[in-house]
Amino acid sequence: MLKLLKINKTFNAGTINEKKVLVDFDLHLKTEDFVTVIGGNGAGKSTMLNIIAGVHTSDAGSVVLDGQDITKDPEYIRAKHLGRVFQDPMMGTAANMGIEENLAMAFRRNRKRGLRWGITHEERALYGEKLKILELGLEARLKSKVGLLSGGQRQALTLLMATLQKPKLLLLDEHTAALDPKTARKVLEITEEIVTENKLTTLMVTHNMKDAIRYGNRLIMMNEGRIIYDVSGEEKKSLRVEDLLKKFESISEAGANDRMILA
Amino acid sequence: MDNLSGMIMALQGAVSQGVLWGIMTLGLYITFKVLDYPDLTVDGTFALGGAVSAILIVKGMDPFLTLPFAVATGALAGTVTGVLNTKLKIPGILAGILSMIALYSINIRIMGKPNVALLGEATAVTRIMDVTGLSNSVISLLLGIVFAVAIIGLMYWFFGTEIGCAIRATGNNEYMVRALGASTDQMKILGLMISNGLVSLSGALVAQSQGYADVGMGTGTLVIGLASIIIGEVIFGRRFNFAYKLMSVVLGSAIYRMIIAIVLQLGLKSSDLKLLTAVIVAMALSIPVVKKMVAVR
Ligand SMILES: Nc1ncnc2c1ncn2[C@@H]1O[C@H](COP(=O)(O)OP(=O)(O)O)[C@@H](O)[C@H]1O
Ligand SMILES: [Mg+2]
Repeated sequence: MLKLLKINKTFNAGTINEKKVLVDFDLHLKTEDFVTVIGGNGAGKSTMLNIIAGVHTSDAGSVVLDGQDITKDPEYIRAKHLGRVFQDPMMGTAANMGIEENLAMAFRRNRKRGLRWGITHEERALYGEKLKILELGLEARLKSKVGLLSGGQRQALTLLMATLQKPKLLLLDEHTAALDPKTARKVLEITEEIVTENKLTTLMVTHNMKDAIRYGNRLIMMNEGRIIYDVSGEEKKSLRVEDLLKKFESISEAGANDRMILA
Repeated sequence: MDNLSGMIMALQGAVSQGVLWGIMTLGLYITFKVLDYPDLTVDGTFALGGAVSAILIVKGMDPFLTLPFAVATGALAGTVTGVLNTKLKIPGILAGILSMIALYSINIRIMGKPNVALLGEATAVTRIMDVTGLSNSVISLLLGIVFAVAIIGLMYWFFGTEIGCAIRATGNNEYMVRALGASTDQMKILGLMISNGLVSLSGALVAQSQGYADVGMGTGTLVIGLASIIIGEVIFGRRFNFAYKLMSVVLGSAIYRMIIAIVLQLGLKSSDLKLLTAVIVAMALSIPVVKKMVAVR
């Protein structure tokens, strides 16, 4: 489904701020995989998603989606295949436009835009139905400006927008990190519902180990631009938070040992 | 009594000039308000429209036929700014300044000299005058209203279409637009094209109305346009739909010209006007900050 082949990415190459973020990074996803991604700050999780989405171009390696090499496609072309929700609730929606106008933009993600009306009557009915699923009462506020919504409402709306046209791959980058625990839980539940219902292939970055274990069929842990742990199936189901913590400790110990040797 | 009739005459002329300049303001609204992009190209494009129209009239073209040429060349100038900004990554304001400066030379090349007089030439205004016998300022006003209404209608339609929505969204949140499969580069270039096309049309109409084109006629266009947009917003409020907002922008332009006419009658020199305009715009743009400061205290 998705293949990342030997991806390398270095920021600010050749300067004192040089930062190798991804090193010969390989990742293969199967159709309908729901993969959760964990790893410390700066591990390269967002960079990986951004390279899939075309926000950044990789220095080497290729991105293959559904058998199609999309490495050279600009972000807006790849967007036709991808659904994305960002950490910042402001990033996924247009604040000065109405809820229905935002949905109408999302409805046309994989279509050529022309001089037809930006939103039709039939669509409005569809949006009303879809919004009902969120159980946030947004279906009664189709014309309201999105800027009036709370962070949680905006994330739920962004999620709906990302999946309004079925994406080949859904990319979620800590999309509940900016929300209070209760809202985060609700948005995660909606996420699972939508992913299961539509059989979506999904990559979900989270900082919450419990969520990483609870959701999805495969879990990967990243550290310094590499995958250091990759579990799926029964093994993942029986995983406990302590196991993940141990993994984290072992890598930080290894790091500490390296440092001692170097010193 | 003399003073009063002088004032009324001046105001009448001001309103018709204001409506013709209002077409420029409609163009500027697209970049400044819809795309959130302060585009300085317009200072050059306004004169470009005047230059193209005037020189074509002198060469014998029908004055109405010159207008599409003014629009097309203006759109081309907007495209250049757009490409400088989006493809070559030159910051927005600088990209506009570069186009504006380049247009100064280009406009003189087009006219062959810094200005072209249309004395004795048939303009859109004299054509209508021959048929109706109305005065220049009345004809200019009618011409301005017809064009403004038509353009507001077209803009209302266009910004409701799929592409128009994508342009509006681009001014709002570029990340979202790219994530939803539209090229923000294309949307910006398209917006700049339409905007500068309208500004150029406005320049052509103003040149025909005043009977000459001058390379300096566009100086201060951006700031005058901003003043008009702001005056329109302050007086008519940000209510109702897009068409209402566009109409208030044209009326804002007319009111701006009336204010200018009044202060001139009161004895200010015309060379003081740029200072006055800058003060109006600076005051209006600082309203939100001042409101906040007052609220905090
Ligand atoms: N645009 C950028 N320019 C320079 N450095 C960057 C950029 N984006 C990310 N980085 C750096 O790359 C590293 C990995 O970042 P990121 O992928 O955001 O990590 P994560 O999402 O796992 O926390 C960090 O050290 C970060 O500072
Ligand atoms: Mg991150």
